[in-house]
Amino acid sequence: MFNRLSMAALAVALSATSSLAATEVTWWHAMGGELGKKLEEIATKFNESQSDYKVVPVYKGSYPETLTAAIAAFRANQQPAIVQVFEVGTGTMMAAEGAVYPVYKLMADEGEAFDTASFLSPVVGYYSDTSGNILSLPFNSSTPIMYYNKDVFEKAGLDPEVAPKTWAEVEEFSKKIVSSGAAKCGFTSAWITWVQTENLSALHDKPFGTLENGFGGMGSEFEFNGDLQVKHWANLKKWQDEGLFKYGGPVGGDQAATMFYAQECAITMNSSAGRAGVINNAKDFTPGFAPLPYYEDEIEQPKNSIIGGATLWVLNGKDKATYTGVAKFFSYLSQPEVQADWHQFTGYLPITNAAYDLGKSQGYYTENPGSDIAIEQITRGTPSANSKGLRFGNFTQVRTIVDEEFQSLMAGNKDAKQALDSAVERGNTLLREFEAAN
Amino acid sequence: METKKTTFDNRLLPYLLLAPQLFITLVFFIWPAAQAVKSSFEREDPFGLSTAFVGLLHYQRLLSDPEYLAALSRTGVFAVSVTVLSMVLGLAFAAAVDRLTRTGKVYTTLLVWPYAVAPVVAGILWWFLFNSTTGLMPFVLEKFGIDWDHDLNGTQAMILIIVAAAWKQISYNFLFFLAGLQSVPQSLMEAAAIDGSGPVKRFFTISLPLISPTTFFLFIINVNYTMFDTFPIIDATTVGGPAQATTTLVYKVYQDGYIGLNLGSSSAQSVLLMMIVMVLTYVQFRFVERRVQY
Repeated sequence: MFNRLSMAALAVALSATSSLAATEVTWWHAMGGELGKKLEEIATKFNESQSDYKVVPVYKGSYPETLTAAIAAFRANQQPAIVQVFEVGTGTMMAAEGAVYPVYKLMADEGEAFDTASFLSPVVGYYSDTSGNILSLPFNSSTPIMYYNKDVFEKAGLDPEVAPKTWAEVEEFSKKIVSSGAAKCGFTSAWITWVQTENLSALHDKPFGTLENGFGGMGSEFEFNGDLQVKHWANLKKWQDEGLFKYGGPVGGDQAATMFYAQECAITMNSSAGRAGVINNAKDFTPGFAPLPYYEDEIEQPKNSIIGGATLWVLNGKDKATYTGVAKFFSYLSQPEVQADWHQFTGYLPITNAAYDLGKSQGYYTENPGSDIAIEQITRGTPSANSKGLRFGNFTQVRTIVDEEFQSLMAGNKDAKQALDSAVERGNTLLREFEAAN
Repeated sequence: METKKTTFDNRLLPYLLLAPQLFITLVFFIWPAAQAVKSSFEREDPFGLSTAFVGLLHYQRLLSDPEYLAALSRTGVFAVSVTVLSMVLGLAFAAAVDRLTRTGKVYTTLLVWPYAVAPVVAGILWWFLFNSTTGLMPFVLEKFGIDWDHDLNGTQAMILIIVAAAWKQISYNFLFFLAGLQSVPQSLMEAAAIDGSGPVKRFFTISLPLISPTTFFLFIINVNYTMFDTFPIIDATTVGGPAQATTTLVYKVYQDGYIGLNLGSSSAQSVLLMMIVMVLTYVQFRFVERRVQY
């Protein structure tokens, strides 16, 4: 006990002396568990690579908790230099012009090389302003993909190497899986909002909201109650009634992963960052990876999917030395080696083209089949106004509304059209509220 | 009993003695409450960069918002159910334990245990038990032909949070009721027994009226508990869903303010909630207390 205490004291003393010389850069993040450890490792490596700056990562809980904590700290003038904000908070951060130090400006002020073109274009598109400037540094970006259980496919008499490409095939395969008794349900999905509504719209080149999905200004209105979305939600309800689809719960849909791991559902759709979890939990079966399905009668070549995950925002109100440190750290983070390591460990996308190329030359994608599906899906074709991304204020609450309306649909209280109409109407009220407040 | 009147020679001393308590109340209660009242009249972006006075706008919106009104009546259902359930069961257990002579202490200890469980842990326990994929209860209920899925069925979700919230509170009520029952004079009970009334009759005609101050006290405490302290239970089990079926007033304050960052509306909601509880407590003291015999 005494030993451990004295070691701790020693560690504190050592870190205190080393931080006397170095400028501290606080970094609030929302990465728990394995991801958090990896993130800390990155910070430690940066700190060891030079002696002028010390990045101090602090875990602040979930994404919404981190954002709220940062906002509260900003109001009390205690803000961190860097905060990790999830993609649905982007609208909120962009509107807070006086609070944010845009990354492109920071890098220019500090004379650090920062080439927008070196980043994957869908990632840049999601996080830049209307003039193409990147406001926050992309750090962990993911996109949803399909995971399936090869063993169950085989039991159901399906080819385990062939994943369903279209929704018609998802239905057909699910029927075979359920009727053969290979699994209790055909498919489930995490993130109903993100995967089955937002990405569905992008994939089929349908607008989610007016004014280029909100990129064109705060006057945007939702319009995700179009024919395609209504058709898809109605199908999900039909498939639920037929026992082909099982609802995985609101927000991230935690039950979806549980049902997939327990081999109750043969297919699930989830973030590409769920890959590590699938590999760790699929002890008794072989998982397969595939792009998200689409409706072939709606679009011949599906568009790129859109991203989720988070970026790093720099907050105003710190001294010059701190910002120099932030810029140096961001340059470090953008290095292909650092990026590729993070991407391969977590399943998040490689943010830069260089990191992707490095992975290729390392032979990572041939050794790990399926690991490049997310990248291929997000980079296919040219992004359109509908597949570039989403930018809406109050979007965290809007997602809650979409979840609630989906639950009403699943419970049979509303049909697909009613549920989506109501979600759009309630969402628009929040958009007007946001417009008025900013 | 005669009460002694203490006088202070020093005029300042009583205020000095009161100061720490006043300071704490001021800093931790009055000040935040005043802040909430202030921001309930304002519209502000989350970062506090621009603030505009909007008067009663938030209140007007809330009182004409069907979702808020639904949350209000939902909170009523929740508060009444939890209070009745936990008080009736607490009293039943207390009456049962009161009749035990030797094992009473053991049962008391066991029955008080749930109170030591933090609300959020209690929530997670019940969430595990009733989890529709991995839980034990849905498996058992299926045998009785009940398809349990509180992720989609709003009524079941409500039942779940009522059970979880009441379970925790039973211990508390039990302890107070037991103390109350034990202070009922034994001579009265014996006299009634000699007159030929059975244990049930004795309970309803003697014990229950005599413990009415305890019942009244617990009633107020329980209503306050369901209004404010049940937040962790809801957050750990249903997160206010499905489709807002378990979004009570206090949970809505959290959702709109903390998740939605709509500080103005959220403040207005806390002010309203505060007023509701104040009115309720006033009504209880004014009307219910008259019927309580001390």
